[in-house]
Amino acid sequence: MRRLLLLLPLVVFLLMAVFLFKGLFLDNENLPSALIGKPFPEFDLASVEDPERRYTREDLLGRPALVNVWATWCVACRVEHPVLNKLAEQGVVIHGVNYKDDLESARRWLRDLHDPYVLNIFDDRGRLGLDLGVYGAPETYLIDARGIVRHKVVGVVDEKLWTRELAARYQALLDEVEP
Amino acid sequence: MRGLLLGILISCLAGVAQAGIVTFEFESEEQRQRFYQLGNELRCPKCQNQNIADSDAPIAEDLRNEVFRLLSEGHDNREIIDYMVMRYGDFVRYRPAFNAQTAALWLAPGVFLFGAIGILVFMLIRRRGNDIAADQSQLSEAEQQQLQKLLK
Repeated sequence: MRRLLLLLPLVVFLLMAVFLFKGLFLDNENLPSALIGKPFPEFDLASVEDPERRYTREDLLGRPALVNVWATWCVACRVEHPVLNKLAEQGVVIHGVNYKDDLESARRWLRDLHDPYVLNIFDDRGRLGLDLGVYGAPETYLIDARGIVRHKVVGVVDEKLWTRELAARYQALLDEVEP
Repeated sequence: MRGLLLGILISCLAGVAQAGIVTFEFESEEQRQRFYQLGNELRCPKCQNQNIADSDAPIAEDLRNEVFRLLSEGHDNREIIDYMVMRYGDFVRYRPAFNAQTAALWLAPGVFLFGAIGILVFMLIRRRGNDIAADQSQLSEAEQQQLQKLLK
């Protein structure tokens, strides 16, 4: 019994080592979204192309889509943009939320780098961003045809991430609509 | 002189700490207090080890503005925190709510404290037991003499 007690510090050490080792690989940059399984927030915002044209949540409904939050001041968005172009070319429905940006720069960006978005929503004050729980662009939300948020990606969507996290989910949502 | 220097130093630090949140005009002292309290209690989602009162990140500024807006609209602290949790998850609370996920977090310190007290009490009782045992094992008269002989 006494002998076993001597092993106690070793046991405690091993326990701590296991937790700390696990901690090394914890990805605490990516917070779980509070919005998963909940409806995409209501909004009423102008389009990037035309200040007269208003978009609301209704405009996003009807088919599964990615909603990509981006800005011209966001360096990673530039890396992400060609990937979005490619996905749009393959027929993936992507809506853009231009987040706290300058309208002219945003228009120039879409003109020069190609526009992969079906709708271009201009969230200049970040109101929609706040309702979405955006804390850093780029962020991408996967919504289903009824406008429920099903998945969220924080950071750049590259091809690896698309195949690993999004492609199957998007396909499943498509199948939900037309079995 | 020394006191004066210290005073100046402290007032400099105070200036830095408040730098992010000087632009709001509050209706009352009570509202100002609540603003600081919420600013200290809400965590910045981007810069994870700062609260929104401390952080200079744009998102922290947005959240401060939002807290101010909600305060001005007359919401109470609970509603404001719920509003943030709804958008950013439990993560934004520096004082997490008690639920199944956080139970271990809340209870562990108490468990450790009472565990330690328990071990301490156990050891003390055992030691006293040993002392009594030692008393009982006192030497007999003959052994006592033998011992004296050996010590000489």
